[in-house]
Amino acid sequence: MTDVKRIGRDERVRVTCTVNGKRQSGFAEPRTLLSDFLRHELYLYGTHVGCEHGVCGACTVTLNGRLARSCMTFAVQAEGAAIGTVEGLSDAGTLNALQRAFTEFGALQCGFCTAGILISATHFLAKVPNPTEEDVRAMLSGHLCRCTGYEGMVRAILSVAESSS
Amino acid sequence: MKPAPFAYIQPRTEAEALAALAEHGDDAVVLAGGLSLGAMMNMRLVFAGVVIDINQLTDLDYLRNEDDWLRTGAMLRQADALASPEIAGVLPLLHEGLRHVGHYQTRSRGTLGGSVAHADPSAEIPLCLATLGGDVELSSQRGTRRVAARDFAESALSTCRAGDELITALHWPIQGNGGVAFREIAQRHGDFAVVAVAATVRRSGAGFSYSLGFGGVEGRPRVLDGVAPDTNWGGFARDAVAAFVDTLAPMEDPRVSAAYRSDVSVHLGIETLLEALGKAA
Repeated sequence: MTDVKRIGRDERVRVTCTVNGKRQSGFAEPRTLLSDFLRHELYLYGTHVGCEHGVCGACTVTLNGRLARSCMTFAVQAEGAAIGTVEGLSDAGTLNALQRAFTEFGALQCGFCTAGILISATHFLAKVPNPTEEDVRAMLSGHLCRCTGYEGMVRAILSVAESSS
Repeated sequence: MKPAPFAYIQPRTEAEALAALAEHGDDAVVLAGGLSLGAMMNMRLVFAGVVIDINQLTDLDYLRNEDDWLRTGAMLRQADALASPEIAGVLPLLHEGLRHVGHYQTRSRGTLGGSVAHADPSAEIPLCLATLGGDVELSSQRGTRRVAARDFAESALSTCRAGDELITALHWPIQGNGGVAFREIAQRHGDFAVVAVAATVRRSGAGFSYSLGFGGVEGRPRVLDGVAPDTNWGGFARDAVAAFVDTLAPMEDPRVSAAYRSDVSVHLGIETLLEALGKAA
């Protein structure tokens, strides 16, 4: 048991992970949420924090290839992990195809929910390259948007799937 | 909302996890996918002295065929189980139930074992396990035991798991040919079910033997086992389901009255049983 990782409740430890392909590190207590770690330690403000109990989906990121609600993942769990956030989608400020489609179809208004939805949709299109509208709507049910009514997102995601198939 | 402070332990093997549980017992919670526990901790409905994170226990992420049983490791992720052709083939009821579990996003890290351990009354995975007559495998330094899924949950969010025990596997009886159906009513796609009903039916002699499980009605899944006639299912299903639902004490919450839950249970129960009978015939 001596080499089992243990972090005391008030201990602050260094957490090193790869975010969008770049090695980053910051400090966290066991109770530090990954969402807060990304924003306040790594200064990656693209990941938004909405409900903080896993319902709204705004904070969704990828963690070792799986989607994670970063508000319900602890930063210490990300030690050595590969994390993907919305900052990793564009290439040096040039929007990718999905981001351009979101603009084109009016899939965002205030933008608060958008970061998580882009991450989810990217993961989804990699797994389900030719989705039906029903598939897309089911996937979007894991996110809350209070501006758009989702219609633009559905069309944007389907258009990207069609143009890449 | 942020969780209260806690100490963190990250075992890499089952033995290390069991040692940590033996040491911290009732002061510890086990963190699997974290999709339920994380919310409970953030809302401060759960206070834990120690969080034991079992995400490094990749040995528990498996799916194995053992004679007439399918054994799923506690850390099998819901998304992987839903995508598994083996589960779709031999456990169609679980496959159908998994489609209703949370959302695409939450199934990615959510686990089968975590859902059973959390024991939400409306959760689909424990409902399927109880309906099929499966078992929960619990391990501790004292040994390993198997508990029938129907006895595992005692009430909402409360199970017979002892503080030093870890759910290590779920055992699913393979039903062979037959029909299954899974239906639920939720306020929004992917939300907690107001009522969820799971049915499995097999031809048996001159009729059909069936198990019909109800989730979200009482604090834990409730299952009706019975035999249906060869024909005239309509009247039979109405009587059998109504009589069973009459014995239940439905939960009441600010949005859903006990009477509505009871009504939904009857209608959904009949529809689900008839669908499964139709597929088995």
